[in-house]
Amino acid sequence: MWAYIVRNIAQRLVLLFFVSILAHSVIHLAPGEPSQVDPSNPRMKPEDIARIRAAFHLDEPLYVQYAYWLRDLATGELKSFKDSQPVLPKIGQRFLNSLPLFIGTTLIVWSLSFPVGIQAAVKRGSRFDRTTTVLAYTLISIPGFFLSYLVILGVVSFLNVPVIGMKTFGTEDAEPVFQFMDRIWHLVIPSLMGAAGGIAILSRYVRSQMLEVISQDYVRTARAKGLPEEAVIYGHALRNALLPFVTMFGFLLPGLIGGSVIFEQIFAWPGLGRLGYEAMLARDFPVILTLNFIVAVLTLAGTFISDLLYVLVDPRIRLE
Amino acid sequence: MAITSITPDLVEPTPALGPISEAWRRFRRDRLASVGLGVLCLLLFAALAGKVLTEWWVVFDPTAIRLPDKFLPPFSLSPASTGIQDVSVFGHYLLGTDELGRDVFARMLQGSFVSLSIGFIAVGIAVTVGITLGGLAGFYGNLRLGFITVDTLIMRFTDTMMCFPAFFLVLTVVALLPPSIYNIMVVIGLTSWAGTARFVRAEFLSLREQDFVVAAVALGVPERRIIFRHMVPNAMAPVLVSATIDVAGAILTESALSFLGFGVQPPYATWGNILADGKDFIFDAPWLFFLPGCAILIVVLAFNLVGEGLREALNPRLRAR
Repeated sequence: MWAYIVRNIAQRLVLLFFVSILAHSVIHLAPGEPSQVDPSNPRMKPEDIARIRAAFHLDEPLYVQYAYWLRDLATGELKSFKDSQPVLPKIGQRFLNSLPLFIGTTLIVWSLSFPVGIQAAVKRGSRFDRTTTVLAYTLISIPGFFLSYLVILGVVSFLNVPVIGMKTFGTEDAEPVFQFMDRIWHLVIPSLMGAAGGIAILSRYVRSQMLEVISQDYVRTARAKGLPEEAVIYGHALRNALLPFVTMFGFLLPGLIGGSVIFEQIFAWPGLGRLGYEAMLARDFPVILTLNFIVAVLTLAGTFISDLLYVLVDPRIRLE
Repeated sequence: MAITSITPDLVEPTPALGPISEAWRRFRRDRLASVGLGVLCLLLFAALAGKVLTEWWVVFDPTAIRLPDKFLPPFSLSPASTGIQDVSVFGHYLLGTDELGRDVFARMLQGSFVSLSIGFIAVGIAVTVGITLGGLAGFYGNLRLGFITVDTLIMRFTDTMMCFPAFFLVLTVVALLPPSIYNIMVVIGLTSWAGTARFVRAEFLSLREQDFVVAAVALGVPERRIIFRHMVPNAMAPVLVSATIDVAGAILTESALSFLGFGVQPPYATWGNILADGKDFIFDAPWLFFLPGCAILIVVLAFNLVGEGLREALNPRLRAR
């Protein structure tokens, strides 16, 4: 067990190294440079560009630039090209902004998908099953920003729920309770929109998993010995159907950054996804690379945790 | 022969169908999937018509700018002021005009071909790379290259690719490369093959142990023939299903890129960039927003339904239920 864990972590560290090298080469080999973002600016003289390039080590060979990046990241000295602010605190701030959105989305997805999926599986072929199936496919198939715009239109016409930003402007002096509730209200629509696709996918998955388990022999046995239907579904079937979902907790982690660009852009939410998007527009390499690195760390940590969870919940699986 | 006479009821009452027509029969029973297939046939027709009518034999001109006619609602007549050579076909704008007075019907027609080809080419690239790498890892997995096996090499590379969040990676590369329709196809394709590679490898690993492959090896059938004639067709079912669903994903990704301004650039029209441009005129000209949005929804829905229908039709385990 411990040998497996140590070996696995070592493998993942090697993988992380290759991921960061790949990210570095993709970004530096692709055309487009920080010094060329604003070519029409008359105040940018060739000597300025040369100075910028020297300051950011852009004239050095790639592996030297990589070493600089790694050293600065390790010492926490890494600075953004765009505004010379340290990268890590900048990312930390945006992370704190993204966190409530991520938690809200995840809570909505997981608390809605399971009841819907289980009901659909238990009453297979019923009107409820057919309706949720069609609804789920529609939610998967609709472009996220199209749906968001429709919802924004509806909300601003009929409901008094805020749709832009993290808090109402000018409420800094209000009571803490009011500020808190203001924050919560601002969360509602963005996290619902972010959750829409997730609910559709996860509830379909729950449904197929439940269907798979319900047709097993031990469920038939449980029914045959006269257990009430509730006990059969929730005691015998659901517990076994839950297995793959325990491991999915691990895969949630990278969603902190990747899935939110569009929604943060629509709802003017100053989170990590938007930070990445703005960094790309400005060719702000340190920020892009560090974000990419963090995502890779989260992904690797996520798959590692899900492997371990699998062993914990399923006694049939042993690590070697 | 004695066995058949003892158990006559085990013999199929109907003449045995081939696996493909068997699957087709099951697919047709799925009403939603059949409707989806119908929609896709219509779409294919529209895309081909779009290519022919807007580029080769220009009946509908998607690039003609008629500023006096801007923001005309659907089904409106071309005003008399329009120059004779600029008048749209039948003198009507079937789906209205946009902010430059371009015929939205013509743009949607042109866009259907572009959107569809982005989907198909991106998925084609992803499937080709996925089958190649997954097949290599599955078939030659035990081969050693120095200190590392082929399987380890390929699968660790796949893991590396999976460490990048898909949309973020697409966005990074598209933002850094010069904008072009081919870059978008290639980037979407090259970032979405990891899943295919993983299950093609799994299929190959299990197929390699099966009797018909072992028999083929024992007969001395050349490896190339074993792979392409015996193994690839048997591994195709899950690939086909995920490819169908991935086409839908690619169309959605393109529209999301368009929303951020990195999608297909003018003069090409895609449904994604018509929708992304239309969002600015959602109150003045709602048809510019709702028409492409609903079109994308319907087509992506059709791809997803057909994919699910295929999954049920091709999966022998679900069949038993």
